[in-house]
Amino acid sequence: MPLETEFPQDYEKRDFDVVGSRAVRPDGVDKVTGRARFGADAVAPGMLHGKILRSPHAHAKIVKIDASKAEALDGVKAVVTRDDFPIHEPAAEDRFLRDILVNVMAREKALYDGHAVAAVAATDPRVAARALKLIEVEYEVLPHVVDEDLAMAPDAPVLHDDLGHEYGGGKPSNVAGTVEIGHGDVEAGFAAADVIVERSFKTGAAHQGYIEPHACLANIGADGRGELWCCTQGHFMVRDTVTQLLGMEVSNLRVTPSEIGGGFGGKTTVFIEPVAVALSRKAGKPVKIVMSRDEVFRATGPTASASLTVKIGAKKDGTITAADAVLKYQGGAFPGSPVDMGAMAAFACYELENVRAVGYDVVTNRPKQAAYRAPGAPMAAFAVESVVTEVADEIGMDPIDFRLKNAARDGSKSSYGPTYTEIGLVETLEAAKATEHYNSPLGPDQGRGVASGFWFNFGGQTAVSLNVNVDGTIALSLGTPDIGGSRASMCAMAAEELGVAYEDVYAVIADTASLGFNDVTDGSRVTFASGLATIQAARQAKQRMCERAAKIWGIPADAVKWEGGAAHPSGPNAGDHKPMTLKDIAAMAGETGGPIAGHHEISAEGAGPSFATHIVDAQIDRETGRIDVVRYTVVQDAGKAVNPAYVEGQFQGGAAQGIGWALNEEYIYNDKGQLENPGFLDYRVPVASDLPMIETVIVEKPNPGHPYGVRGVGETSIVPPMGAIANAVSAAARVRATEIPMSPPRMLKLLRDSEQAAQAAE
Amino acid sequence: MRYAAPTSVEEAVQAMTAEPGLVKVLAGGTDLLVAIRSGRIEPDLVVDLKRIEETRTIEPEGGGFRIGAAVSSAEMSAHEGLSAMWPGVVEAAALIGSTQIQSRATIAGNLCNASPAADSVPALAAARAVASIVGPNGRRDVPVEDVPAGPGKTSLEAGEFVASILLPKQADRGGDAYLRFIPRTEMDIAVVGVGVNLTLGADGAVADARVVLGAVGPRVIRCEEGAAALVGTTGDDAALATLAEAASAAAAPIDDKRGTREYRIQVTGALAKRTAKIALDRAKG
Amino acid sequence: MSKIHVTTEINGDPVEFLCDGEETLLDVLRDRLGMTGSKEGCGTGDCGACTVSVDGKIVCSCLMLGAEAEGRSIETIEGMAQGEMLHPLQRKFLEHAALQCGVCTPGILVAAKALLAENPDPSETEVRYWLAGNLCRCTGYDKIVRAVMDAAAEMRGRNYAA
Repeated sequence: MPLETEFPQDYEKRDFDVVGSRAVRPDGVDKVTGRARFGADAVAPGMLHGKILRSPHAHAKIVKIDASKAEALDGVKAVVTRDDFPIHEPAAEDRFLRDILVNVMAREKALYDGHAVAAVAATDPRVAARALKLIEVEYEVLPHVVDEDLAMAPDAPVLHDDLGHEYGGGKPSNVAGTVEIGHGDVEAGFAAADVIVERSFKTGAAHQGYIEPHACLANIGADGRGELWCCTQGHFMVRDTVTQLLGMEVSNLRVTPSEIGGGFGGKTTVFIEPVAVALSRKAGKPVKIVMSRDEVFRATGPTASASLTVKIGAKKDGTITAADAVLKYQGGAFPGSPVDMGAMAAFACYELENVRAVGYDVVTNRPKQAAYRAPGAPMAAFAVESVVTEVADEIGMDPIDFRLKNAARDGSKSSYGPTYTEIGLVETLEAAKATEHYNSPLGPDQGRGVASGFWFNFGGQTAVSLNVNVDGTIALSLGTPDIGGSRASMCAMAAEELGVAYEDVYAVIADTASLGFNDVTDGSRVTFASGLATIQAARQAKQRMCERAAKIWGIPADAVKWEGGAAHPSGPNAGDHKPMTLKDIAAMAGETGGPIAGHHEISAEGAGPSFATHIVDAQIDRETGRIDVVRYTVVQDAGKAVNPAYVEGQFQGGAAQGIGWALNEEYIYNDKGQLENPGFLDYRVPVASDLPMIETVIVEKPNPGHPYGVRGVGETSIVPPMGAIANAVSAAARVRATEIPMSPPRMLKLLRDSEQAAQAAE
Repeated sequence: MRYAAPTSVEEAVQAMTAEPGLVKVLAGGTDLLVAIRSGRIEPDLVVDLKRIEETRTIEPEGGGFRIGAAVSSAEMSAHEGLSAMWPGVVEAAALIGSTQIQSRATIAGNLCNASPAADSVPALAAARAVASIVGPNGRRDVPVEDVPAGPGKTSLEAGEFVASILLPKQADRGGDAYLRFIPRTEMDIAVVGVGVNLTLGADGAVADARVVLGAVGPRVIRCEEGAAALVGTTGDDAALATLAEAASAAAAPIDDKRGTREYRIQVTGALAKRTAKIALDRAKG
Repeated sequence: MSKIHVTTEINGDPVEFLCDGEETLLDVLRDRLGMTGSKEGCGTGDCGACTVSVDGKIVCSCLMLGAEAEGRSIETIEGMAQGEMLHPLQRKFLEHAALQCGVCTPGILVAAKALLAENPDPSETEVRYWLAGNLCRCTGYDKIVRAVMDAAAEMRGRNYAA
């Protein structure tokens, strides 16, 4: 999602009444009382339970599937296999769609441990589980590969015969594509440098780790029409994808999104939804599928693991003369790792004369990656920010001063192409430098690290509908699932624009039949794009209310203006009329022309990137290699914080996920290519006692592309943590950590190796 | 799967003996239910011990305490006398899982689950705890370290179960401790665990010591050399360094997803030292 | 397959149900009794989203058989508010924005209520360790810890006043 350079400059400086307050969310009471309905909370009369059989092999030819015994079991109503998922027209032409289909149900080959091979629907979940055991699958096990570097080797097992011919010199290979960005002359830049640092890094695959497993309930009638309830970041995407994959007309499927128990990008695609629809269609009954945690880890999309090399040269005065990166991301068994985003984001924080980033998109026998919060950027930033700090150390400059000297500013040409307009990186660096945290003393065995981060942010297709109710309250219909409190922000923006109380606006997420198409909740786009559309819809409603007042008063519409939640006569020809409040006009709507509403449909541009700088203090136990994060501060540009509490929440949540990724989270595979840790016991997300309070500083540099100056904040917060923590850990350990996660065994080995190297040098 | 909740030991033994299929004993269920739900085991009968009075109590016995098989870790932590006498054992039990798990998990279950990484077992073995086993042939007492026979296997016969565990009287000027290493602060399985129980003589030197290692072999390992390194010393730095070396040397771990062999060996030494220091401080009172 | 008949008490009400031997208390609550406030995040006792209180002690309801509920007294998230009156913890969670997606929230509230019953004045560290078995992936725990401590302070104040 590259930064748009041309977009409406809608921002107007203003004072706010509602926006900027810590309003309580409209869905709050339901969520603290257990009333909120999430994916697995729905039931339907006569409902069947679906379960999915998954490959135990990392790479295997599926010779034969015999489901006859399962079909014969009492209570089993439908079994589906690859034969029930023919490749329909759009998927035949569209590799992206076809890959989703092949990921949903394996065809000739199982491509990873956990790949779906069959599914059953039965009257009881325990019957369905028994039926799975009766399905006989004959596999022919093939050699596998799960590591990006090994997958690029000439003798690596190749996953797809129709991929990677360019890298393979005419033969198929596991390199699905390459990308290169940059400008200037990198070699000349390095020749002009006084100091050059070059290092290689590895990062493990992290899972989004949402607490709610994927769940859905499909109900398809004999006429082929039906409904689907599911937890997703984008129900329009689910509708369009499922219907295209299964050869249905789009209008024949209505998708209603449940409350969503976390997604972080991982619920921006489909996994079980087409299976549930296919089973329901075949059985003629509603079918519910709920993933187990084991399935979530084995068969949904973690992010890519990466192998990275970064080289940066600088002059003694601190000016970077050249920056170069090679990024290899494996995104599982299909093309589409976010290496392109990684390459574009790698050096986005810096104004560079000579810059290059080359990326390789590698396929391996792992689950198909899905987006994870700023997809592709955190790994690149980890490598780049590590080297940036190392160069600053070599020159003897404070790491924030060094970043300030090279920071991208308004008017800088970005490394990936566009020229920045109004960006807030320098402001975050200056604010970070001024924090008490940055100027506080460190304890023994502690080190401090800083890192900056960038995310493009996204606008995208958005439709919003705003209805004025008879009592003057507002019904706001949104099409972007609310994953972290966005309904509260939309209510605040609608209330602000209409001049009514926050409590008078109630927002819902509407189903696919009730609103125009909306892109998924991703790219940190919702507060920006749905907010923009909400404001525009409110402006349209205001316009219509002014027209109603004009009609009542018998004056021209342009002689009425909206102010403080009421229509006022305005201008020399308006005459003397008592202002009509929104409530007054709403009450008379039936007699003055019918319902009053505002709509807005847009493909929003001008999202405006968000930058952040993080400060971390880490402590190392030199006998066990254990790292503790003892203090953490996030400084980030929000443009305008519509609800500061939720902005802080995004900062803190991104930092916490970054800490987990940096210290302990990773996919661990055995020598058969099977995932060894498909559960929260050994896939170690941070628990409450692992973390300190996470301090936050909200910088507000208005985004010119939004009427209120809003920028997305959700993703940038996960970009700096790994680099900042690696810098802190390396300072505490007195040796550079280059492998993520910095788990205790890795850290102790690093400490021992560096002690031995030091002894050998003496 | 059938469920039985007998109210006496005899009734439980009878139910277990009468069942021809797979029988599993349910105490806290924090391991058993995970295994059942994953489909790893499919018992025909589950026998819940929690309605048997004898399994529900902590009773003083011979100067020590007898802990029923269904007593939860939380109940152990709340017992003042037990916590004062065997703080290491109580802390080990308190390390098993979350607050929620603590309400249910038992040391008898931890023992019979026979995981090499069980937290309470090194501490119990260091404390010379004895399991009271009941079965079709009556009762027998077995040192706790002899109950697990290997990963996931016990020495219990068909129809037998652990009814209680006896912690003997702690010696005057005795102290015990247990530490484990995990990557996070909570919610992990031990990568290494060390239990130490020692007694000081009148001269202030260590008169007797037991050092027991967990998660570094198929069963817990009694580290005699480590104990010997402490006996006769005041637990000074030199003695602790010797203990650390002995503990590392005794460790026989494997590489797995939770740590490498090399890592576990190194951490065993560091942890043994730290555990012994706590036990020494407790023995000094 | 013959079902097991269980008589128990949930949120103060007498309840009877039939269940299979292998059904967990969570299965019973959600699938047989329609009480879907308790969530299944992992099914292995590692996430705490299914936390309920049994005879005053919190447990993962995914790790307890439905049959074990016989004669017990169970409290779930559905019993926390009194009609329209939210529990102070529920109110403080809203005020502090201590939830984002909200799927872990029921389990955390039930666990936090049990903490404050046992320890009305917990330190930050005590709150963090008590809640270590309740995973939250959205918030980084900061606002959750603050909300629990603020609720504790308010509840102490009210007790002193009473």
